[in-house]
Amino acid sequence: MNVSAQVDWPDRLYATFKRAGIRQVGYVPDAGHARLIERCRADPAMRAIALTTEEEGVALSAGAWLGGERSALLMQSSGLGNCINMLSLARSCRFPMLMLITMRGEWEEFNPWQVPMGGIVEPVLKLCEAEVLRASRPDEVEGLAERAVQQAFGDERIVALILSQQLIGKKVWTK
Amino acid sequence: MSLERRHAMATLMHGRADDLLVVPGLGSTTWDLAAAGDDPRNFYSWGAMGGTAMIGLGLALAQPKKRVAVITGDGEMLMGLGSLATIGIQKPANLAVIVFDNGVYGETGGQPSHTQSGADLAGIARASGFPVCLKVEDEAGLADLAGRLKCFNETLFAVVQITADEPPRVLPEKDGVAIKERFRAALGLKA
Repeated sequence: MNVSAQVDWPDRLYATFKRAGIRQVGYVPDAGHARLIERCRADPAMRAIALTTEEEGVALSAGAWLGGERSALLMQSSGLGNCINMLSLARSCRFPMLMLITMRGEWEEFNPWQVPMGGIVEPVLKLCEAEVLRASRPDEVEGLAERAVQQAFGDERIVALILSQQLIGKKVWTK
Repeated sequence: MSLERRHAMATLMHGRADDLLVVPGLGSTTWDLAAAGDDPRNFYSWGAMGGTAMIGLGLALAQPKKRVAVITGDGEMLMGLGSLATIGIQKPANLAVIVFDNGVYGETGGQPSHTQSGADLAGIARASGFPVCLKVEDEAGLADLAGRLKCFNETLFAVVQITADEPPRVLPEKDGVAIKERFRAALGLKA
């Protein structure tokens, strides 16, 4: 495996956003997305929008598309649970919804409270009629992100790219 | 003192500027807006409770040369209170969030909302960073707000005190795809 790909997959996601013309990025702060959030915040051509809860981002993305801009929504697996009813907005109106979800509760998880939501992310997404892609290796992130962009904005549907906990690495609890 | 809701909406929409995009909340404010006259620049809502202000934020950021008015009810705004903090950071100069406050959940039988017991939405908006926060309780205040909708240049929040009556429903289009495509077409965006 390409060594640089192991560490720079968040930069590859950012590059994908740039190619796709993503202008608004809603996020709830998350360790797995920290680097991507930092890149988006530093980009004057993008608006990185801190949310108080992930469902705000679903409505934000709908508004962005109404106004002709592409957006992405960054969240952790727990945040998907906060979005379920709001995703009916995307389903009822066929809004493109590009979601990047970092996983907790599936691999070397220290915190058992992350497991109940982490364990139902994929079935919940499928019940919400989302297309689900999963990246487990650094070298597959960019290609899957490209596909997610095409499906979300080309087909006007909900697409979730799951970034597995194995990809992100385990959280350090004791220093 | 409080205002009749259909009169309040009609006053705000009277002589509507070409650049004004309107996002009503689900329920009564959508019926009020439809009653004031259908328009492709309305994005009617039949669900997604708590999301109206955030739809307005995404739209306002995407269309900086237009003005966006979110006009929703107190119950809908209460479900999305966090979005006031989120908008308070972004502060788009072309976004107005207007709450028709009657202190009750009118669509579900008139149960009291939190504003009836003192929750102060204008105070929350002010504390969240909205530069302009108004309380509208009479005709003079309503006329002032209607004027501001044509020329505001700072993020605006307003609570309009309305009576808790329930005028006959006026139902607009409810196909979400149709509402969305019509709205985007009015902005010159392709389907």
